[in-house]
Amino acid sequence: MTLALQVSHFTAAVTFAFFASVVFGITQRSAPRDMLRYGAYCFAVFVLGMFAAGWIMWFLHH
Amino acid sequence: MANTDTSTSEARPAAAASNSRMALLAPALGWLVPGAGHLIQKRWIRGFVLMACVVTMFALGLAMNGKIYKPNTGDLLEMLAFVGDLGAGGLYILGRMLDWGSTAIAYATADYGTKFIVVAGLLNIMCVVDAYHIAIGKKP
Repeated sequence: MTLALQVSHFTAAVTFAFFASVVFGITQRSAPRDMLRYGAYCFAVFVLGMFAAGWIMWFLHH
Repeated sequence: MANTDTSTSEARPAAAASNSRMALLAPALGWLVPGAGHLIQKRWIRGFVLMACVVTMFALGLAMNGKIYKPNTGDLLEMLAFVGDLGAGGLYILGRMLDWGSTAIAYATADYGTKFIVVAGLLNIMCVVDAYHIAIGKKP
């Protein structure tokens, strides 16, 4: 069996959010300050959306 | 004064030709090597940051035993995953050449890894489009 990097769902989702937000920030805005702000906004939306989706699934399940 | 006008009118087609060449070269190079479309246009920081993001996501996906999709005509999602993977350009070609990501998705982490690889390709497509916009002067 091949050794694989084992990460939790949360770690994978936050890592995913970080890299996607950086690329979104750089590609969707022109000025460096706007890039930073938009990247931070996207990261916050990703992470908050993840918590919101998690709670919605928990309520649906219970 | 007349000389200046002549040199300016000669310079314009040359600049336009250079721009159109760059509008082809930057996206092509950016697809093949993530971030290179920005680097060739001297957007050093943006280029290196984009390269780091796309390559790291692709590498993390492989480290999680993610799957690299081959051309297929099966399930619609598998065809779309192939298109996403293909966006990573040189990384996809290298992965296929070295037979990386050919294991079956047997557990949850491998599934996360597969998504990382697909999204690395999709993010690289965004980088390619951005490099094109810079080349045509739509973005500074």
